[in-house]
Amino acid sequence: MSAPVSKLREPLIMGSKTYHQITEDLVGPTEKAPNSAWIIAFILAVTFLSFGLFCIAWTIYVGIGSWDLNRTIGWGWDITNFVWWVGIGHAGTLISAILLLFRQKWRTGVNRAAEAMTIFAVMCAGLFPLIHMGRLWLAIFIFPYPNTRGPLWVNFNSPLLWDVFAISTYFTVSVLFWYTGLVPDFATVRDRAKGIRKNIYNALSFGWTGKAKHWQRWESLSLLLAGIATPLVLSVHTIVSFDFATSIIPGWHTTIFPPYFVAGAIFSGFAMVLTLMLIARKILGLEDYITVNHIESMNKVILLTGNIVGVAYLTELFISWYSQYTYEQFAFFNRATGVYWWSYFGMMTCNVLSPQIFWVKKYRRSVFVTFIMSIFINIGMWFERFVIIATTLARDYLPSSWSYYKPTWVEIGIYLGTFGLFFTCFLLFTRVAPVVAVAEVKSILKTSGDQYIGPDAKHGHEKAGTAAH
Amino acid sequence: MADKHSEVLFGLYDDEVDLLDAVKQANADHLEIMDVLTPFPVHGLDPLLGLEESRLHIAGFIYGALGTMTAFGFMTWVFTRDWPIIFGGKPYWSVPAFIPITFELTVLFCAIGITVTFYTICGLAPGKTPDILDDRITDDKFCLAFKTNGQSSEQISKLKNFFSRTGASEVHNKVI
Repeated sequence: MSAPVSKLREPLIMGSKTYHQITEDLVGPTEKAPNSAWIIAFILAVTFLSFGLFCIAWTIYVGIGSWDLNRTIGWGWDITNFVWWVGIGHAGTLISAILLLFRQKWRTGVNRAAEAMTIFAVMCAGLFPLIHMGRLWLAIFIFPYPNTRGPLWVNFNSPLLWDVFAISTYFTVSVLFWYTGLVPDFATVRDRAKGIRKNIYNALSFGWTGKAKHWQRWESLSLLLAGIATPLVLSVHTIVSFDFATSIIPGWHTTIFPPYFVAGAIFSGFAMVLTLMLIARKILGLEDYITVNHIESMNKVILLTGNIVGVAYLTELFISWYSQYTYEQFAFFNRATGVYWWSYFGMMTCNVLSPQIFWVKKYRRSVFVTFIMSIFINIGMWFERFVIIATTLARDYLPSSWSYYKPTWVEIGIYLGTFGLFFTCFLLFTRVAPVVAVAEVKSILKTSGDQYIGPDAKHGHEKAGTAAH
Repeated sequence: MADKHSEVLFGLYDDEVDLLDAVKQANADHLEIMDVLTPFPVHGLDPLLGLEESRLHIAGFIYGALGTMTAFGFMTWVFTRDWPIIFGGKPYWSVPAFIPITFELTVLFCAIGITVTFYTICGLAPGKTPDILDDRITDDKFCLAFKTNGQSSEQISKLKNFFSRTGASEVHNKVI
């Protein structure tokens, strides 16, 4: 039984781990009291969250007029933030679903945290359309339910309604996928715990014992959920892009939007995964499980999707010129040289130019460079959405209604508040659940552990490779 | 483990290779295996235990088809029968515009359906307290269990002998 692993594959688990050591390393952090770095981060996150909640309350009390939106620019930071957060929420399902279908073993190191990040990012995203309605309590109107107004139904032909279905389906499927993966790991936590902690994890682990038949069904379920989540994740940002693409605004009305938005979403999502994981692996001591190889793999995805986005930007420019349509040409000329030229400049620099550094292997494998780049990309992708939304609206067909938009403190506060929500949830998650999928890492140990396939591997080890997928 | 008071004799192995060999040996010796419990999915175990492939995907297809029909049928009914409205000069029954929601509900029905089915057929539910043979099975031990209800001491010693031959690191008895 020799290991069916290429010699070119680099180990994904370092430090010659045993199964028990993996449990200790990954479950251990949830059993200890939080360190001071965690406490400071948590206090900061809750402070931001509280300020965000205050700003939302202010918006609802004063009205949507507390934002600086006007009749020309009806979508500003709110929808920019919405699209940005939804985009970030794409990496988790990409890592767990698409990479599962492609049998990429490096996904096991990062899938759990990336899926958690997805769920929290989608929560932040969903907040913006809801509060943009102004009257939050009427949000139930977006669902088609039998009502006393006829019943008058929602408009099923509207991309804004498709968004409701896409985002809520995406959220639900992500939660199911994430939790199903967590159940065996909660069982591991349960079997190590004592007292009330044991009771809590007993409830959370659904009575999991690790029977062979259960594992078989569990793998079948994971594969099925991955299979349906893959087209789902592509559909969600496609539908978000329909919000723009089905309009008649020059610069929005383009068929390139769906693939361009999906690539951009993966791009920004991976950047956010890297930002979080580089911090988490340091604080939680997960360097043996989230190795430089994992980081390099993610940087390759960033390089690919970054270039897809870059090609899309250039294609848009070419098509607007080629269309010979004055309004379309003006829209793109205005983006690059108009009142918001600085956001276009930020977008191009951060999204297209700076990721080119990842052609160099040395930088792909540098933790420092990767961290800086991940922040750059997050900023660049935010600018991209701002460019598409605010720049386009600020200069519409009628020069008499041209306008300029800048956010008020309330809008900035809500945006900061979503960071608070995101990090509060993420920090709590690192306390209650193993940040790396314990059972899945164990299942790749024989094919990816450094004692089996690394340069110092004991070749011909009789037990190597039998757990190969 | 649904019956009350099963007497279980189980061996714990330190490695999945030892476990797979032991299961092969148990099949050769015609021993009736009660269950195999592992900390992670061990590949190659299902055919040895005679487990059929899961039919969850068939259920998934049915749930998905149900979602497709629900979404498409409902939108068709609303816009052609219950309250027809013209949007942007398009026909009442504007099929292309129904595709996104139809797709989303197909995925939603399928995902919820197969997940609920999975937990139901496995008998897993929030708050269910399982009979745990050993706490280390979810950590690093691979467990092979035999039921010993009403078995003679001769048969039990035969099983114990089997465990020592196949390299089990520990053998325990437990009534669950």
